[in-house]
Amino acid sequence: MLALASGNAAGSRMRYSLFSLLREALNGQAGWPAAWRDALPRAHYDIVVIGGGGHGLSTAFYLAQEHGITNVAVLEKGWLGSGNIGRNTTIIRSNYGEPGNTPFYEHSMQLWEGLEQALNYNAMVSQRGVLNLYHTDGQRDAYARRGNAMRLHGIDAELLDRARVQELCPFLAFEDARFPVAGGLLQRRGGTARHDAVAWGYARAASTLGVDIIQNCEVTGFDIVQGRVRGVQTTRGPIAAGKVGMAVAGNTSHVAAMADLRLPIESHVLQAFVSEGIKPVIPNVVTFGAGHFYISQSDKGGLVFGGDIDGYNSYAQRGNLPTVEDVCESGMAMMPMLGRLRILRSWGGIMDMSMDGSPIIDRTPLEGLYLNAGWCYGGFKATPASGWCFAHLLATDRSHPVASAYRLDRFATGLVIDEKGAGAQPNLH
Amino acid sequence: MRLTCPFCGPRDLREFTYRGDATLRRPDPDAANAASAFADYVYLRANPRGPHREHWYHAAGCRAWLVVERDTATHAIGRVALARNDQP
Ligand SMILES: Cc1cc2nc3c(=O)[nH]c(=O)nc-3n(C[C@H](O)[C@H](O)[C@H](O)COP(=O)(O)OP(=O)(O)OC[C@H]3O[C@@H](n4cnc5c(N)ncnc54)[C@H](O)[C@@H]3O)c2cc1C
Ligand SMILES: [Zn+2]
Repeated sequence: MLALASGNAAGSRMRYSLFSLLREALNGQAGWPAAWRDALPRAHYDIVVIGGGGHGLSTAFYLAQEHGITNVAVLEKGWLGSGNIGRNTTIIRSNYGEPGNTPFYEHSMQLWEGLEQALNYNAMVSQRGVLNLYHTDGQRDAYARRGNAMRLHGIDAELLDRARVQELCPFLAFEDARFPVAGGLLQRRGGTARHDAVAWGYARAASTLGVDIIQNCEVTGFDIVQGRVRGVQTTRGPIAAGKVGMAVAGNTSHVAAMADLRLPIESHVLQAFVSEGIKPVIPNVVTFGAGHFYISQSDKGGLVFGGDIDGYNSYAQRGNLPTVEDVCESGMAMMPMLGRLRILRSWGGIMDMSMDGSPIIDRTPLEGLYLNAGWCYGGFKATPASGWCFAHLLATDRSHPVASAYRLDRFATGLVIDEKGAGAQPNLH
Repeated sequence: MRLTCPFCGPRDLREFTYRGDATLRRPDPDAANAASAFADYVYLRANPRGPHREHWYHAAGCRAWLVVERDTATHAIGRVALARNDQP
């Protein structure tokens, strides 16, 4: 992504349309302006958002768009999109079963459905369906229950038997000796989106509304005066702020420690893989029910897949081989034809694993500092609603109704939201 | 990643199970602040980027619990000791 440093003047934005495409086709593609301004830091902002990932950028956009607050900066220590927003396997869905989660993720799904119009940007949102496979009677019952919970919230869910899964995905291991596919839970409205286009689209839309996006600007400390955050120290100098919102994903504990906060979060590495490109073969997103494995096919043809976190604290953005082996074994058990393909690339990202597997969108004990964290490895699908609700909290000092369960104090009160017991080994779990 | 077990020598990562932060100490259940002390103990973590003392279990080896010093930013392994010698 190229963006020209153009000071702090609000950037002119060309509206993308069929007409602009045609005009630029005739014009030798010479007239496209930079999509967003690479701004210089100013001395003071009403709101500073730390972290130029999906959540920080969407927060800034909704602050400007929904709340009219445009004196906002997004501070990013690297380049825009260098974190998990550009590293994930791009799956979006709202098939959650816990009361605190279901309305939030459905809100996110509805925002995805209108995102490209709202941003005037092609984020390649593709509602190709998410199919969760089941292999046993017990799993079928659990999926029936989850599907019913979804439908009670007005969310689409279909329980498919083996024959109907076979029509959709004939290449799965229906005859496997250990884990034959017995059926699946399908959410047709789920699917994928182009991850970095989501970052670029939010950045462009926020920048046009006046938000400063400041790259290569690492927050190194907080200015705390009489128990209240008044600003941040950065590698590009101090910046004063009325309020500060943290959306730094895997670096949450590291940044929070600068404000002496200890959080219910561990940072873990999650790997992802992409194969060589092939002709269209997988029509939707498929997840394995007898191991942890999920796969889809990108529009370039590569099969994009992943599995579990490596399982030890890490900030290294790269994983180890036992997990590679484990992911590939799960993939082979689910769709043996995978063995004919070569893996082209693999990479890792650092997840903010919360202790109950659910996120936190809340104030902190420190006045003026707000927290958006704990996304584990499901935060891409949450990008629109996370920004929407964090912006609401920053602007109004009240939790948004669909995010009201994402409290920081729930670990002490016992009101945890344990969707699948996937937290990072709290040791009495 | 390889860990050097005091009994078994350098062994592959897949022989070990991870448990996490080795600096936590179980609070006194009879203390007046036991409820909040336990909530902190169970859920809160320093989660540092850099040196980390952590418990590993050599499940597919000698079955000893180990305290490993590892850098979470680089995965470099430092000292490895038996957990039973690590009591406060
Ligand atoms: C391999 C992989 C696969 C995944 N698959 C999926 C999936 O299929 N579906 C799904 O829903 N989710 C998935 N996720 C999770 C999802 O990507 C994350 O939960 C989500 O992207 C986190 O929010 P973010 O985009 O704001 O994070 P990030 O993009 O990581 O943004 C945080 C930003 O903060 C910046 N930062 C950190 N410290 C500082 C500092 N001190 N000062 C300034 N800036 C700082 C970082 O550089 C980073 O750019 C996956 C993640 C990974 C790694
Ligand atoms: Zn050993």
